Amino acid sequence: MKTRTKTKLALATASLIIGMTSGLSNAAEPLITGKVDCIAPAGPGGGWDFTCRSIGRLLNNFSHGDLTVQTLNMPGAGGGVGFAHMITKRSHDPKVLAAASTATTARLAQNQFPGMSSDMVRWVGAIGTDPGIIAVSKDSDIDSLATLITRLKNDPSSLTFAGASAIGGWDHLKILMTAHSAGLSDLKQIKYLSYNNGGSAVTQVVGGHIDVLVGVASSTKGFIESGDLKPLAVLGHDRLSPPLDSIPTSFELGLDVEASNWRGFYMPKEVPEEAYQWWVNNLKAASQTDEWKQTMVQNGLEPFSLFGEDFDQFVNKQVGSLATISKEIGIIK
Amino acid sequence: METLSLLMDGFSTALSLNNFLYALMGCFIGTLIGALPGLGPANGVAIMIPLTFTLGLSPETALIMLTSVYAGAMYGGRISSILLNIPGDEPAMMTCLDGYPMAQQGKAAEALALSALASFIGSLVATIGLIFLAPILAKFALSFGAAEYFALFVLAFATLGGVTGKNPAKAALAAGLGLAIATVGIDLSTGTQRYTFNILELFEGIDFIVAIVGLFAISELLLFIEAHRGSTPRSEIKMNPLHLSFASVLQILPTSLRGGVIGFIAGVLPGAGASLGSFVSYTLEKRLVGAKGCFGKGDPRGIAAPEAGNNGAASGALVPMLTLGIPGSATTAVLLAMLVSFNITPGPLMFTQNADIVWGVIAALLLGNILLLLLNLPLVGIFVRLLSIPPRYLLPIVTMVAFVGIYAISRSAFDLCFMIGFGVMGYIFRKADIPLVPIILGMLLGPEMEKNLRHVMQIHDGNWLMLWDSGLSIGLWSIAIAGLVIPVIVGPILRARINKH
Repeated sequence: MKTRTKTKLALATASLIIGMTSGLSNAAEPLITGKVDCIAPAGPGGGWDFTCRSIGRLLNNFSHGDLTVQTLNMPGAGGGVGFAHMITKRSHDPKVLAAASTATTARLAQNQFPGMSSDMVRWVGAIGTDPGIIAVSKDSDIDSLATLITRLKNDPSSLTFAGASAIGGWDHLKILMTAHSAGLSDLKQIKYLSYNNGGSAVTQVVGGHIDVLVGVASSTKGFIESGDLKPLAVLGHDRLSPPLDSIPTSFELGLDVEASNWRGFYMPKEVPEEAYQWWVNNLKAASQTDEWKQTMVQNGLEPFSLFGEDFDQFVNKQVGSLATISKEIGIIK
Repeated sequence: METLSLLMDGFSTALSLNNFLYALMGCFIGTLIGALPGLGPANGVAIMIPLTFTLGLSPETALIMLTSVYAGAMYGGRISSILLNIPGDEPAMMTCLDGYPMAQQGKAAEALALSALASFIGSLVATIGLIFLAPILAKFALSFGAAEYFALFVLAFATLGGVTGKNPAKAALAAGLGLAIATVGIDLSTGTQRYTFNILELFEGIDFIVAIVGLFAISELLLFIEAHRGSTPRSEIKMNPLHLSFASVLQILPTSLRGGVIGFIAGVLPGAGASLGSFVSYTLEKRLVGAKGCFGKGDPRGIAAPEAGNNGAASGALVPMLTLGIPGSATTAVLLAMLVSFNITPGPLMFTQNADIVWGVIAALLLGNILLLLLNLPLVGIFVRLLSIPPRYLLPIVTMVAFVGIYAISRSAFDLCFMIGFGVMGYIFRKADIPLVPIILGMLLGPEMEKNLRHVMQIHDGNWLMLWDSGLSIGLWSIAIAGLVIPVIVGPILRARINKH
């Protein structure tokens, strides 16, 4: 009898503590409650779907049941259908988010969403990133980024590149940006082959049919660890987390290329300022939980946090610079 | 041994309560769909696709349920063959030959029980074949470059005749239409828009799930409205109490094992499929037994052979679908569309990256077979009774599920309009006797085929000869040519012989 009261008391105290700590950030301002939509502007199983589902799970736990995030898949036009939906149908709705990434900014920069631009929505924040990576098959005679560049300089069409994006898309841009910063001028000669997903591109490189893979860390991680792929460089300032921290970065190799695929969110333009701030604060808090850090490790993402106005500026700046690069390398006129 | 431990992981996925219940439901509905005359496994799976979206199932649960529907439909086909002399689907045609005479002789229950057992054995043999062959073939698939893949797609289209039969010109027309529909959307290799008319919904092309549900489910409804006969053929055959002797089980055992192996091989071969599996298995058995049997007059081995054959082929057809992304039959084409819409690319990588899904599905197939055997032995009476439910109650449910499910995929009314459009098209095509499966194959394989051809051209600077540069691609082209020519010569002879029976 006595032990049972004790257990009960302990449970009550524990739940009180849990309730206090997890309720902290939103107890003061329960501005947004109930059912919230997270639009993944693609089918189930892709990156945006993952972004929505994981943040949904985080926020559901974190808000103590005040908030239920449901993921809506809205495929079409590489995110354009979702983007248009946000602008036309949800422009005042504070209870909706949409997942975005560098693929979104690249398409905005190249005017692939007809009549739409990055300033027609509000950018809330980014919660992680998937760094770009250049790799070759384990049997390849290319052993460094320098060798690759030399080969390209001798004959830009001597190597084939495989990536998951369309021509002009993010993976294609990565290799063009790398070649551009290494001083190559004949960029149109570079043979880039697009596959509909990272998986098929990896298979073709591992199978020895294509020379070089331009991909992201998350989907190549397993093949680098198993030794099937030989990584040449990570495209960014920071090295990857262990055990992949031995791969040199593009900046260490003297190339000014930053190409990592951030995972973030945007909201409708016309929502009240408090609602926007509420989302900024809560996303920030959710991204600092251990649960999210663990999810990032499991899925091969690297930390990247930028929220609120900072993120909004970052996105608009990225769209501008991608537009400039796309023009310089002849993808858009 | 690695295979076995992966299979065990698969079982832990398939046996989770949620997945188990969906597998059970899939088996039950599948058997029912198979038993309804006219509704084959491909239609059955197509009709069930929207339900998986309506219920918001995860990829593995959805695939486990659809695989169970597939297996169930293969079992169900025999029920109306035996009781009504009307095959529930094409592969069950051969089962009529000895099944119906047995039922007429007052041995309907024995015929149903023995055929369920034969289906189980056939499927089991072939699933074991799948477990061992698929991972080997998946590793082999790494040696496929762009040229080899292009040859493989040509092979898939060349052997279409075997899948769809009758009129090669109509099959070619349908495949061409499918390929044409596949060009809609942004072209990945150049970024150019093709036939999108600046409509955002068309940028990524026309969703083949929408097309499948329209072509199969909605056209089925339209055909029904036209027929407007609310009654189903009633069975005049009374079910008798089951008297199953050990001797008769023993008699069909070797037949079923052989049937399973033949079916598996027919399933793995592109374009051959379940109908061929059951036909070859039946004729071989008839020849082996010779004059001693009473084939055609109600020999139990005459039911066991085609049932083991068509169920074996059903599992065999999963091998090329899972390892290479080439469907070996209409139903696997529908299942492939489902995989692609979940962003899962079949092929060697699926066995490593989506191991839980692949092995979960294979385990579900084994589990489904056990469930189906259990469902079909004591509960066969329920299916017999369900057969007499007028379709006017079933079809409105199908329609409702189709609309809700398609809307749930993308939340766009645009897709619903497309689905109805495809439904009307499917109705007209079925009236004109144009097969629907080649349209789906064209839509499904078209983009991949085009992409691989362009990759060959890009890599080798437009040198067409590179398409025949490796031994593997020459081999594939040869099989493709053989697959195109042989059915034209042998097909009519084979068909005449099936009809003669």
